[in-house]
Amino acid sequence: MALVEKNGYEEAAFRVSEAQAGDYLALLKPRVMSLVVFTAFAGLVTAQAPVNPFIAIFSILAIAVGAGASGALNMWYDADIDAVMTRTASRPVPSGRISADQALAFGLFLSAFSVMALGLIANWLAAALLAFTIFFYAVIYSMWLKRWTPQNIVIGGAAGAFPPMVGWAAVTGDVGVFSVIQFLIIFLWTPPHFWALALFKSEDYGRAGIPMMPNVAGEASTKRQIFAYTLVVAVVGVLPSVLGYTGFIYGVVAAGLGGGFVYYAWKVLRMPESDRTMGPAKALFGYSLLYLFAIFAVLIAESVFARLGFVW
Amino acid sequence: MEEDDRVTLTDSQRKAQRSRSLAIALALVAFVVIMYIVTVIKMGPAILDRPMF
Repeated sequence: MALVEKNGYEEAAFRVSEAQAGDYLALLKPRVMSLVVFTAFAGLVTAQAPVNPFIAIFSILAIAVGAGASGALNMWYDADIDAVMTRTASRPVPSGRISADQALAFGLFLSAFSVMALGLIANWLAAALLAFTIFFYAVIYSMWLKRWTPQNIVIGGAAGAFPPMVGWAAVTGDVGVFSVIQFLIIFLWTPPHFWALALFKSEDYGRAGIPMMPNVAGEASTKRQIFAYTLVVAVVGVLPSVLGYTGFIYGVVAAGLGGGFVYYAWKVLRMPESDRTMGPAKALFGYSLLYLFAIFAVLIAESVFARLGFVW
Repeated sequence: MEEDDRVTLTDSQRKAQRSRSLAIALALVAFVVIMYIVTVIKMGPAILDRPMF
């Protein structure tokens, strides 16, 4: 420690890191990353363009690293509020395993690296879309919208909705209408998903000073808005079939899943204010994850079968 | 520099450093392999079609 003292640094400023590789992996938000990989893969497969399988796999990998980079930048910027929320207090930066500067450097490096890699592996339109996605999540959402407006996750939801468009662009070199519909499905799904969480975690958000819809507009207004967005996403969910991009089976499954989504949102709408266990909100949150996973799984399955020559 | 001036790592610090070093090494190897494969795919047979001098 003599070296440190001679240079006049505080001991805390020069601390040998005890961060494991796994802590850096946690900075990438692996669960969010898995959803990004899944939806980017959907965009890539539904594009129905000829592509070398290695190029496809490596493109998805680059998109995943880009998504992880934006997660690291988010954790760097949000360390102060992560520390006061039970859901996020054990993340690497608030728990002290990784310093904020290290998270920032890691996020910036991986952002540049993933965009360059996607440009070289696929094309520069896909790379530009990935760069915009990272910028949108880290700067527009994390630094600006999140602490400023209850519409934070509505507008910020665009960042999570871009991956199918990036995947599509990686194999086609352009942006198709079908990829925009996939964008819309995730974009419109985000408010009911996060507001269901915000309902039963409103104390957490309130303590952290985040202006989530239940804390700003009240629970009744949030429940009505959840229901409205759910109705719209249920309709947009069947658009691929209506517009002829997918077959009949996708349309039936999407309609069924959308019906279920509306049912759970209705239960939340009817949930009395006195219900503090918020069972219906927790159920809606769980169902929303199932909805998004299932709808994109069917999209992928139909596209794969179509490639194999099965058409219905 | 005298021995006293050096920072002596604790066991957990050394273990963490090793874990990070290993991860960086694996990531670098993966990157080299990926770029090699991508280069072959992108250039195809033309990879050898160039003047040698």
